[in-house]
Amino acid sequence: MDTFKTLVMILMTSVLVNNYVLSRFLGICPFLGVSKKLNQATGMGIAVIFVMLMATAVTWPIQYYLLDRFELGYMRTIVFILVIAALVQLVEIVLKKNIPSLHASLGIYLPLITTNCAVLGVTINNINDGYTFLESMVNSLGCGLGFLLAMVLFAGVRSRLEEAEPPKCFEGLPITLVSASIVSLAFFGFKGLVDGLFM
Amino acid sequence: MTKMQNFLKGLIKENPVLVLVLGTCPTLAITSSVLNALGMGVAATAVLICSNMAVSALRNVIPDKVRIPCYIVLIAGFVTMVEMVMHAFTPALYESLGLFLSLIVVNCIILGRAEMYAAKNKVLDSAIDALGMGLGFTLALFIMSSIREILGNGSFMGIEIPLLSDNPIGILTLAPGGFFVFGCLIAIVNKISGGKTSKKLGCSGCPSAAICGKKNEEACDKKEEEN
Repeated sequence: MDTFKTLVMILMTSVLVNNYVLSRFLGICPFLGVSKKLNQATGMGIAVIFVMLMATAVTWPIQYYLLDRFELGYMRTIVFILVIAALVQLVEIVLKKNIPSLHASLGIYLPLITTNCAVLGVTINNINDGYTFLESMVNSLGCGLGFLLAMVLFAGVRSRLEEAEPPKCFEGLPITLVSASIVSLAFFGFKGLVDGLFM
Repeated sequence: MTKMQNFLKGLIKENPVLVLVLGTCPTLAITSSVLNALGMGVAATAVLICSNMAVSALRNVIPDKVRIPCYIVLIAGFVTMVEMVMHAFTPALYESLGLFLSLIVVNCIILGRAEMYAAKNKVLDSAIDALGMGLGFTLALFIMSSIREILGNGSFMGIEIPLLSDNPIGILTLAPGGFFVFGCLIAIVNKISGGKTSKKLGCSGCPSAAICGKKNEEACDKKEEEN
């Protein structure tokens, strides 16, 4: 039961309280770049969840069975980014060959994810926080879901922004950032959520 | 373009953060205090200079098809070195920058400069370009962190400012304040430059467009048209 409690807490923390985009500032580039249309935002979010889970499943064993065993901890950054880059390429090739319909909808987002700091961030965070394999996977799932949630919410906000008329110098990116600040403020409401979850 | 112009363009005209809008993640995340921002700026500048010089020196050796993985390995190597140096000499800064130090690897400014400039130019020019861009990055971080620390915390570089420290606007040091100050700063830059630099979002304004690879140009254009 305790394990289950921990897992639920990790999930809720990473989706709502410590949302990767809105309170930890990871993955801002795709958040600002691809959140214009709802279907693109959803596509990107799903692709990120997919890559985060794959990356964690591969990097966690590498850290504990390879780097730690041979005392190569300082190689973590190099190894992780290489593994993620190779993985993304591999996934793209496999999808293209075997599931063309999925590739058509996710394919264009995959190369962009290689340099998404949220993916590298989540794999490094899992190690730094000392999560077990199961906890790492749940944490990655939560972070991915949080990313998707932020993207979808913000896509809605932006469709309204298109019709608004801000002052000339605020047009485009500045007004987008200011509205992101308000969306991020909304997530502050979840601050005490996890502590009271199992009271 | 003279060497001086090459150096100065990164500071103002093509400021990587405020005009090109690259490297937004560290800009938003570590600018809640001036010291962190300066530390981040120096670390990123060091990595940028080393990686630009290495990429430029190896530009005729690296095959075109695998250039992005090669650049990433080079950059990751330099980031690891900077990380180790900071861990040894400035442990407090190392702790407070934490994750974002490793994430210099995926900072769009560094890969962007390698791809856009260093891969086509001589070693010395690339080093000057990197120095200008790095200082531009540091300058932007410094301005933004000054605003957030002075107004949000009532202090500057950890020294308390009388009067202001009694009534700090705490929200500015938190996540929403980061987005807000960044938005306002870009708006001010737009106002000063008369809107000439305002960038369209979407694929053309996407910092990852350089990394996207040529094969995706069609997909990007198509997406643009749909918009």
